[in-house]
Amino acid sequence: MNHARPRLVVIGNGMAGMRAVEELLQLAPGLYDISVFGAEPYGNYNRILLSMLLSGEKIIDEIMLHTPAWYAEHGVALHAGDPVVAIDRRRRRVHSRKGIELAYDRLLIATGSQPVMLPLPGNDLPGVIGFRGIDDVQQMLQAASAYRRAVVIGGGLLGIEAANGLSRRGMQVTLIHRSDVLLEQQLNADAAGLLSQHLQARGLSLRLKANTQALHGGERVEWVELADGSRIEAELVVMAVGVRPDIALAKSCGLYCERGIVVDDTLQTYDPHIYAVGECVQHRRLTFGLVAPVWEQARVCASHLARVGHRRYRSVRTATKLKVTGIDLYSAGDVIGGAGTEDLVLRDPRRGIYKRLVLKDNQVIGAVLYGDVRDGGWYFELIEQGADIAGIRDRLLFGRQYCQAHAAQLEATA
Amino acid sequence: MKALARPHVATTATTCPYCGVGCGIRARANPDGTAQIEGDPQHPANHGRLCVKGSALGETTDLRGRLLHPMQRGVDGSLQRIGWDAALDHVAEGFGRVIARHGPDAVAFYVSGQLLTEDYYVVNKLAKGYLGTANIDTNSRLCMSSAVAGHKRAFGEDAVPGCYADLEQAELIVLVGANTAWCHPIVYQRIVKAKEGAAPPRMVVIDPRRTATCEIADLHLPLQPGTDVWLFNGLLAYLFQHGAVDASFVDAHTAGFAQALAAAQADAADPAEVARICGVQLADLLRFYDWFAQCARTVTLFSQGVNQSSSGTDKVNSIINCHLAGGRIGRPGMGPFSLTGQPNAMGGREVGGLANMLAAHMELDNPLHRQLVQSFWQSPRIAEHPGLKAMELFEAIGAGKVKAVWIMATNPVVSLPDADRVKQALARCEFVASSDVVTHTDTNAFAQILLPALAWGEKDGTVTNSERRISRQRAFLPIPGEARADWQIVCEVARRLGFAQGFCFESAHAIFAEHAQLTAWRNQPFSQDGAPAAPRLLNLRGLAQLDRAAYDAMPPLQWPIAADGGTERLFADGCFAHPDGRARFVATAARPPVHAADEAYPLVLNTGRVRDQWHTMTRTGKAPRLTGHVAEPFVDMHPHDALRCGVREGELARVHSRWGALVARVKHGGGILAGQVFVPIHWNDQFASDARVGSVVNPVADPVSGEPEFKHTPVCVEPFPVRWYGFALSRRELAPGDLSYWTSIQGDHFRRYEIAHRERPAECSAWARAWLGVDDQDADWLEYEDHSTGVYRAAHVIDERIEACLFLSARPDLPARHWLAGLFAREPLDESDRMALLIGEPADPGAATGPIVCSCFGVGRNTLCAAIRTHGLETPAQITARLRAGGNCGSCVPELRQLITQVRAEAQV
Repeated sequence: MNHARPRLVVIGNGMAGMRAVEELLQLAPGLYDISVFGAEPYGNYNRILLSMLLSGEKIIDEIMLHTPAWYAEHGVALHAGDPVVAIDRRRRRVHSRKGIELAYDRLLIATGSQPVMLPLPGNDLPGVIGFRGIDDVQQMLQAASAYRRAVVIGGGLLGIEAANGLSRRGMQVTLIHRSDVLLEQQLNADAAGLLSQHLQARGLSLRLKANTQALHGGERVEWVELADGSRIEAELVVMAVGVRPDIALAKSCGLYCERGIVVDDTLQTYDPHIYAVGECVQHRRLTFGLVAPVWEQARVCASHLARVGHRRYRSVRTATKLKVTGIDLYSAGDVIGGAGTEDLVLRDPRRGIYKRLVLKDNQVIGAVLYGDVRDGGWYFELIEQGADIAGIRDRLLFGRQYCQAHAAQLEATA
Repeated sequence: MKALARPHVATTATTCPYCGVGCGIRARANPDGTAQIEGDPQHPANHGRLCVKGSALGETTDLRGRLLHPMQRGVDGSLQRIGWDAALDHVAEGFGRVIARHGPDAVAFYVSGQLLTEDYYVVNKLAKGYLGTANIDTNSRLCMSSAVAGHKRAFGEDAVPGCYADLEQAELIVLVGANTAWCHPIVYQRIVKAKEGAAPPRMVVIDPRRTATCEIADLHLPLQPGTDVWLFNGLLAYLFQHGAVDASFVDAHTAGFAQALAAAQADAADPAEVARICGVQLADLLRFYDWFAQCARTVTLFSQGVNQSSSGTDKVNSIINCHLAGGRIGRPGMGPFSLTGQPNAMGGREVGGLANMLAAHMELDNPLHRQLVQSFWQSPRIAEHPGLKAMELFEAIGAGKVKAVWIMATNPVVSLPDADRVKQALARCEFVASSDVVTHTDTNAFAQILLPALAWGEKDGTVTNSERRISRQRAFLPIPGEARADWQIVCEVARRLGFAQGFCFESAHAIFAEHAQLTAWRNQPFSQDGAPAAPRLLNLRGLAQLDRAAYDAMPPLQWPIAADGGTERLFADGCFAHPDGRARFVATAARPPVHAADEAYPLVLNTGRVRDQWHTMTRTGKAPRLTGHVAEPFVDMHPHDALRCGVREGELARVHSRWGALVARVKHGGGILAGQVFVPIHWNDQFASDARVGSVVNPVADPVSGEPEFKHTPVCVEPFPVRWYGFALSRRELAPGDLSYWTSIQGDHFRRYEIAHRERPAECSAWARAWLGVDDQDADWLEYEDHSTGVYRAAHVIDERIEACLFLSARPDLPARHWLAGLFAREPLDESDRMALLIGEPADPGAATGPIVCSCFGVGRNTLCAAIRTHGLETPAQITARLRAGGNCGSCVPELRQLITQVRAEAQV
């Protein structure tokens, strides 16, 4: 093989790594020989849409981002289902499980994260799974066709989506959550209350402020024991209590890691030949679980790989949307507030609408929208821009349309 | 085919129950209790036009709030329904008992210019001829008794010399103390029309305020309140100095010129000094004097700004003096012209329904007149001395001298000066009866017996307008509940007091016939056949033999009425009603109002009407079309004064005098000069927390007429601090409870409440639900809160229709009410309206019409400004062509003119 071109090896065929490759191909097509290793035996798919796959609103083809044909077309060598097992930094080579050994000039680590499995007795029983990949979804679907009852542990975004999906697949689902409000990172008590009502109305059982004590079963999980002693029958237990950066490989090659692989503002690790993006990295103490900052990391990293690097990654604010059809929920920025913050709140329970903006010093710093999320994007812009909203405060929560109509009217009279 | 099956309902010709213009109306009852109203093209007062109040009469005839049965107040203060016999027995017993113990002067009647002439006649007859007391006075005392006294002093009898047609023939029209555009809109429309004609008259407005009337004036003299006599004394001196006195007329037909001139010259010989005292520009003053000197055909219209003064009678005479000096009276296009405020103040005057009159323009203090009237009535007695005038009457009640009072068709707790004292007086009065058409008024709260009277549209009789025109007011609505005509109620009580003989009237017609006969009784210049003579101008000889059918068909006629018809103008022959036939000049020494502003009370309070309301709002307060123009009690003041007093436009202020206080919204832009404030007279405890201007007004009256000085009370204005402002619109009535401030406003399918309170509710949501009565936790309830700025808004929706909404804010910067108000008529709400409920305006700002300017067609300010801007409209006529606004009653035309000026001025910036 003629190695006139530098070699880029990408570990991780997920959204972050492939986004960086795509950005790179746009900036500097043909600059590198690119090889991608992925643990899963598929092309790159949109992990965010796994919930829709579970709920049956999407099929696998619809969530695929890059098909094998795409890799061929762009001259990218894909090693799907063959994870890298070792990195030899001194010799700048990687070793795959299937025994492929490949040299690199630049290495991009995008190993993502692993679901946290609570250290409970019985957490290794068959039927106890996380919710991370297509395989997990397939296990859930099998369970849904064979069994009736499921427990989802964790009332965050992923847990709610899993519970909803299983419920739509016909299972009786109990959602167990440690806090007394769902989505406590994204919602305040009011919005979470609406969400709880809504989910219950759809047939979900909720156990809030509940701690799981143990999982019991024989050949397969059979029931969940809570700390208060109560017992919930279930043939499927999904743990959705969070993720942790997958840094085992990076650590094994001596790359500096804390909670994640530590990178600088150019997404470079402590080894100048090695970059890292996505949920496996740690940037200025932060780790990542949402897509927006990951896209930004990919964009910055690609520019440096393309040798046109002048971009710097700065932590971006994040917004989240719950992907449960029929429940519109949007959350961005600081939704809890504190000293010196002010709240705008709108409630229309009959329409299932709740909106709350958190303000500080005449700027929007957080938004929770429930039931009507049309203006989520606009609020997010206002948060990001730090726009002064004093002039539109009294109509802000009613949306962009009102604020703009008002501005137009002011202009007309002026 | 339903339409064909409906029986034909004829229209009824009647007259408007509001101001003294006395417009003719054609009315037809609708099955739902409302009525179709239009101007009567045949009536000479209005030739088919109606103002907005008259046009909206159909919205006021339903039975909401009506008193339909006699009621008695129990010991616990609650009202219990009783039968007519019991009620009438109570009144007769109450009056009888007091008379037996304390004599006839311990009882009194306080009646109203809202009564028909026939009602007035019987109650006056009962008091003066049968009970033997002249303690019968009327709310007309409050609006035109100075004109009465002025007329009597100058002409020898209470008579308006001219007629409305003079306005169309005048070269100069002077309006003194009259916001005619708002208070007598159809007279104003006649002036507007004359000004648009081939020979437009000049128009001068003399008024401390720059009112809507000034919009078409050639000259506005914003004189200092109470300085009118200086101004007209100055005019008299000027006329004399410039040879504009008609010496031959003065010599042949008047007396007292020299004394009047001397008095005028003593005060006002130097126009520069007059200009200084009156606070007007010398050049403007001289222009007015010069125009007056030049124009023989001058009409001087005057109203409450002249009459309601401690020198009201002198003001009237100082005006009449100038007309007499130029011989400008009795001929077309000229004369002093008193505009009366009420529909039948004039009729009341004619039957003698004032404490210092007898009957049919005969005098209490004239023994011959007393004898004539008593012999005509064949009554057991006749009052021998004048009774108590309105203010004195309530003072006497307060002092325990008058122990029984019967109030009819009026609301003195609202309308009299020092009105809190009136309240106290009624509270301690031994017996109070009230005849009324509504149950709850500030006055009825003190009545022991409430007697349900017929209202406009139900009652039948006659009224007299400002130009001496007697018109029939006819019934076209069914009699509701147990209500009865006022005259019937009075006759029943008279019968129970043992006076069946004088009160066995079968109909209003019978009463009118007796009244007409009394006007003709011994009404001749010389004694004949030894029978004494008592010549009076008021003579309805031509109607004395009217039969029932002719009475029912009677066309509007101006008195005196002989067999061949009415009389357009009086004094055409230069012959006046004094025994010597000469008019009198009255020497009017100018004097300032009784109470001057001082350090503690530095501002002068002026009071008056607003365009779309009438008196204490019992009728106009019901018509959604009329509540949009001015919704709330306000205090209009100059921005500089506001700054000095620490109050701000849109916020609340407390206006207080040595006598009382009120709370109202601060407003600018009413054309008021620094040092003065204006508060409307309408609002009372039925419509607002604390807005009775009567309680603030000083209890001072003109020494001759007894008319109170409503236009000049020293006051102090200070902030009325509240923690939040708000408003609610609700289909149901809400109880204002202990709110620090509230006003209740009738809307179309809802009631609106403007509110404010000293304490902020701890939990807005809970408070709002409790106030709006939404207990159901599953109710369709929307809310918005911005806690740190004190903003809270909620809406209650039932079956996709808006039921109520509430807006609160720490500042008075609440959204406009108009768009929200419109939602109550719409059903169901569409989704975009629902979204907009809590912001109070539609997503499309073009859909908000803004505050109503034209009440007749409901055209809002935003709509008007946009049309003026977009289409470059330059005249009110162009606006009317495009939007209809201003095309019906024309009351808003002055405001349209202002808007045009404003928009064009903005365009130039």
